[in-house]
Amino acid sequence: MSSKEVAVLGAGMHPWGKWGRNFVEYGVHAARAALADAGLAWTDVQFVAGGDTMRNGYPGYVAAATFAQALGWSGAQVASTYGACATGAQAIDLARARILAGLCDVALVVGADTTPKGFFAPTGGERKADPDWQRFHLLGATNPIYFGLYARRRMEVYGATPRDFAQVKVKNSRHGFSNPNARYKKLYTIEEVMGSPIVSDPLRLLDICATSDGGAAVVLTSMDFARKRATKPVRIAAVSTVTPRYPNTVIEMPNFATDSAVGVAAPDVPFRDSIARGAYEQAGIGPEDVSLAEVYDLSTALELDWYENIGLCKPGDAEKLLRDGVTTLGGRQPVNTSGGLGCFGEAIPAQAISQLCELTWQLRGQAGERQVKNAKVGVAVNQGLFGHGSAVLAKV
Amino acid sequence: MPPPKARIPAVDGWFTLDAKAPQLLGTRCKACGSYFFPKETSFCRNPSCAGSEFEEVPLSTRGKLWSFTDNRYAPPKPYMAGDPFVPYAVAAVELEREKMVVLGQVAGGVGCDQLHAGQEMELVLDTLYEDDANEYLVWKWRPA
Repeated sequence: MSSKEVAVLGAGMHPWGKWGRNFVEYGVHAARAALADAGLAWTDVQFVAGGDTMRNGYPGYVAAATFAQALGWSGAQVASTYGACATGAQAIDLARARILAGLCDVALVVGADTTPKGFFAPTGGERKADPDWQRFHLLGATNPIYFGLYARRRMEVYGATPRDFAQVKVKNSRHGFSNPNARYKKLYTIEEVMGSPIVSDPLRLLDICATSDGGAAVVLTSMDFARKRATKPVRIAAVSTVTPRYPNTVIEMPNFATDSAVGVAAPDVPFRDSIARGAYEQAGIGPEDVSLAEVYDLSTALELDWYENIGLCKPGDAEKLLRDGVTTLGGRQPVNTSGGLGCFGEAIPAQAISQLCELTWQLRGQAGERQVKNAKVGVAVNQGLFGHGSAVLAKV
Repeated sequence: MPPPKARIPAVDGWFTLDAKAPQLLGTRCKACGSYFFPKETSFCRNPSCAGSEFEEVPLSTRGKLWSFTDNRYAPPKPYMAGDPFVPYAVAAVELEREKMVVLGQVAGGVGCDQLHAGQEMELVLDTLYEDDANEYLVWKWRPA
């Protein structure tokens, strides 16, 4: 499969926070850090993939060119892409496909965001035909409403408890505590999480991820190019950007209803399970081979869903996995060693790229206090609204 | 006394205005039988179906509660939150005949502590918000 692999030669981030500056600054900071990490100059980059942001005007819609201009026009080819929370994976896949097609050797992938305070709201204007506008207008269906539905479903079907959800936050706050790029560096207790105000029952403020400013970048190269510069480069073995299969019978943002399973039976593999599975199949490995995982913990409860979706355990066993410490640093398959969204908050177009940064540092053995011993394979998963899967599988 | 406000739907064509027995209005593909809500009227979304003709169909007015949650804080616009904001529950209800799950607010101040998965729910019409001239109606779920 080596012909289908590309190398991650450099990784860089701008710390997550609520800095209130222009997103371009974070992107350029991250890009320069990734280039320095790769030992390459900006002018070595032949292709720039930019992850778009929808909340920062026109420059956000043409992110690749925006970053290229800020780094200094160099004549590099560019492409900008958007897939909601899966934006970063799409940008990574654009660069990867271009390298694998032999069209370039060195590609830079950048995503950055500046976010408003509070709930994510639809972009401005009265757009009565836009489902994202309709769900807020007719239902007041914020993102935490969907997270709350999933969390309650776990409680009703599998007997999950709010204490389990709080335990995810406690775990991730320990993981992210020493991460220089994390926004929240505080060791939470179960009592603090369970004492925070309820936002969307059963989820409390500390169960739900914040929205953040931040930027992340990676330098991807062909394996031939990388071998001349690194002895054992981290490799991307798979990227999955799958859409659902009809009928998708799980209610998803921003929808009012699921698909109907009357005309066609529901697929054997539900959408969220198909995301990582697509990556495992490309890479020819299975979940038992995974040393660590970064999953999209928009809520603490959702992290538990992901354990099952990425095959770490059977449906209904996630709480046991958590309680047994399997997914805690030092356990068999640590999850969200970076601290996850619980420690970062969400900077949409940067998020999937930052997940790959974490995998890269872990696989190189550069993760400091949060290092997973003998990490060989990492998987990062994520999902963007309107049907965007995102999984990146890296190995060393 | 000001004249009574007109009761008008907050969105056109998504539900009937029958106050006693309201129904959600979806469509059904004439070729494969798939239901759609909100209505699909151009091309069938079943990837194996070339259908492009649909009939409008009222959806089941009862179903089983799949899951539920609530809004403790006022959602941002375009939600027209009252002042003061009154928290409300949101239900995901599974319709047996249509084999689909439909979201809706929960009517009548019924909170999460009065709900459980599998519970029978029914459709009602209720006020979403008001302005000086009109009362805007939307579908909601409530325990049957």
